[in-house]
Amino acid sequence: MPASSDLRVDAVIRYDEPTAAVPVVRSTRTPWYVMLAAILLAALVVAPVLVVFGQATSAGSAEASRLLFRPRTAELLRNTLLLVALTVPVTVLLGCGAAWLVERTTLPGPGIWRTLLLTPLAIPAFVSSYAWTSMLPSVQGLGGAVFVTALAYYPFVFLPVAALLRALDQGHLDAARSLGLTGLGAMLRVVVPLQRPAVAGGALLVALHLLAEFGVLQMMQYPTFTTAILQQFAVGFSNAAGSLLAAVLVVLCLGFLVVEVPLRGHARIARLGPGSGQRPVAHRLGAWTVPALAALAALVGLAVMVPAAIVVRWLARAISSGAVEAGPLLAATGSSIGLSVLAGLAATLAALPGAWLLHRYPSRLAAVLERVTYVASALPGVVIGLALVTLAVQWARPVYQTAALAVTAYTVLFLPRAMVAWRSGLAAAPTELIEASRSLGVSGLGTFARVVLPLVLPSALTGFVLVFLATVTELTATLLLAPTGTETLATAFWSASDELDYVASAPYAAAMIALSAPLTLLLRRQILDQR
Amino acid sequence: MTSRGIVISDLTVGYDGPPVLDQVSLQVSSGGTVAVLGPSGSGKTTLLRALAGFVRPAQGRIEVDGKVLTGGPVLVAPERRGIGYVRQDGALFPHLDVTGNILFGLPRAERRRATQVGPLLELVGLSPSLARRRPDQLSGGQQQRVALARALAREPAVVLLDEPFSSLDTALRAATREATLTALTQRGATTVLVTHDQAEALSFADRIAVIFDGRIAQIGSPAEVYDAPATPEVGSFLGDTMLLAGQAAGGIVDCVLGTLELAEPATGKVLVMVRPEQVVLGDPSGPTAHVVSVAYQGPDAMVRLNLPNTAARLMARVPGRRAPQPGDEVGLAVPDPVRSFPDSPILPISG
Repeated sequence: MPASSDLRVDAVIRYDEPTAAVPVVRSTRTPWYVMLAAILLAALVVAPVLVVFGQATSAGSAEASRLLFRPRTAELLRNTLLLVALTVPVTVLLGCGAAWLVERTTLPGPGIWRTLLLTPLAIPAFVSSYAWTSMLPSVQGLGGAVFVTALAYYPFVFLPVAALLRALDQGHLDAARSLGLTGLGAMLRVVVPLQRPAVAGGALLVALHLLAEFGVLQMMQYPTFTTAILQQFAVGFSNAAGSLLAAVLVVLCLGFLVVEVPLRGHARIARLGPGSGQRPVAHRLGAWTVPALAALAALVGLAVMVPAAIVVRWLARAISSGAVEAGPLLAATGSSIGLSVLAGLAATLAALPGAWLLHRYPSRLAAVLERVTYVASALPGVVIGLALVTLAVQWARPVYQTAALAVTAYTVLFLPRAMVAWRSGLAAAPTELIEASRSLGVSGLGTFARVVLPLVLPSALTGFVLVFLATVTELTATLLLAPTGTETLATAFWSASDELDYVASAPYAAAMIALSAPLTLLLRRQILDQR
Repeated sequence: MTSRGIVISDLTVGYDGPPVLDQVSLQVSSGGTVAVLGPSGSGKTTLLRALAGFVRPAQGRIEVDGKVLTGGPVLVAPERRGIGYVRQDGALFPHLDVTGNILFGLPRAERRRATQVGPLLELVGLSPSLARRRPDQLSGGQQQRVALARALAREPAVVLLDEPFSSLDTALRAATREATLTALTQRGATTVLVTHDQAEALSFADRIAVIFDGRIAQIGSPAEVYDAPATPEVGSFLGDTMLLAGQAAGGIVDCVLGTLELAEPATGKVLVMVRPEQVVLGDPSGPTAHVVSVAYQGPDAMVRLNLPNTAARLMARVPGRRAPQPGDEVGLAVPDPVRSFPDSPILPISG
């Protein structure tokens, strides 16, 4: 008998607190107005896609299959996929490598590098490709396209990765090391998983821009779906062949969106409470300092300095030859700024309901609504532009050839930029704070205004700037939708450079760069102020 | 007749699978302090979140001062409940300083006047000089007190505390707990504290609700749940416990520790519950035990013992300076009455 009593003593005497997180029960009722707004905006974005498919199917199935299954289509598909497959890894490598050097090592002058590494955002890809081809006609074809686009687009990866690396908590790294991981192991098993959403999001953005790129590829004479569609539309306005190619492009875009979901992972990175994060310790570069500096200098040199120098050289020639006309230049600058500010505001506002829904009331529907916003941005601007023209002519005649329609096109095109910015910003406003506010007597809308907004405003500003930059340099939709008689910097630049008039193009290129440059500084402050 | 305080009746919260809370009923009188004590995953935080209005229960109702907050179709929004909620991490707003945080829930006019910040900081035992600090410039204990001041600023009738002291170190914990209790008592707020720390629950609350697997196992005063637990599980959860097989005969029981007096009469096979501090060492008339180990803890020491001829391993908590040495032979006695439970198979309780 004593033996059995002993067993019982041991059985019940101690309780160990399990450390696993307990699932939190939430009341998951989505406010109807948020859901309604998100659905309406998703519908606005989807409408052009539906128009594209509608026109594509109007050709009839026999004609459609004849147009689709021909060697030309296979060649375009191969070209497009090859461009994406080569460029995206390069941008990830450049973006992550640069971000790591700047944020996590003893590299001298990280502040300056943060600025310099973002400056490619101020130079439109088609301007730098104009610069390179005007000097080196051998920069051509696939090689030239990868070279120019990778240098132009790596900031899309650098920006979110650098921001997250700054927010990295040394505590996590120390914990990994104390659990027996080497420095490299901690990097692979702690840093990399935390970076996954940023890298995947950035890579997706690069891939989608490549699908929609027109200016660079036209100059490099590297045909992809987008350049082919433009040629089709130029030949015969709004014909079925172009729409069919556009439909294939939409399918490609959907494929990328689906692939990104598992790559992104489920990291939740908000951090709160006592002992809030500790700045990570920098890696000592030592003898590697000089090679690292040289590598970054080469990157910035090729991406920014050389193209900018060439533009300046053409500009100097334009000024000395008296080819610069102040009147048209000022008019184009004014309309570019006006349209870009409106587009920035519209897209930032429009992205909010979807991002908010996904953050606060995650559901399959919310995820679909968010994904949907990426679809339109993958389409070439000219497709969105033509679809909106078709819609406006049929149902909203008065807005045709007004700034409103152009701003709508920009919003549809650049919504993902604002969306990405909102989503990273909303991570700074975790549910705990929202609930704290509610239990202090503040309503849902009041909580949004007084807690969420102040915390995410920096990110919202980032989104605005990204859309502004994109709009200043948007070419194809602007060519179609700009209000009658209005020239923007991009369209004026394009009509001159299309005629290989490098001198006449230079002032507009310089103005676009000058307009975008201060905004790059603003973006830099965003990463700097993170955490 | 409407009753003051909190009345929770038949509250069931469930989402896919077994319910998190299963028909929980609990009453807290106005101005009272109740501690909800249970292991992690027992549902205690869900109970608090249901009170605060963040959870829609499957059934049951919650009333505060006679007003239905949750029940049937009614689910009063969190901001309309007048219930303060202080989380484990404090959840201070990082974009606001201490003043901004404390005044957050007040109407705009009062926020502008800001006259309440100083008194509230003093109420929770903080210096008014902290008013302009930002949350990341405060220690964990200070953050916790600011969070309490923020909740108290609206003079809520009910304050919910979700393990508010668990992230603090021992010294800070006692001081913060003391300051919190004082502030809550001064305001006369009805308080519900959720914790898995037995000592914290016993010292903080005037009533304790022990919750296991979503069900209330016992409600009573701290002395009741500690000295007269409803089940062996409750007894063991509240502190170190020996459960020994015994044969009861009315007011006494026979077990390996000899013949002990029972607090309540019983008969037949029973489990005898003996707390280590009930065991007195050095009584030559009792059974003699062999000291296996001594864990010295300052004020007292935990002595582990073997009884010859049995495999029994026993524990005794004795004043630190009277602790024996390992290897000593000591006589055991349990002079005070002990509790017993009907003998039944005991399953280990997993957290």
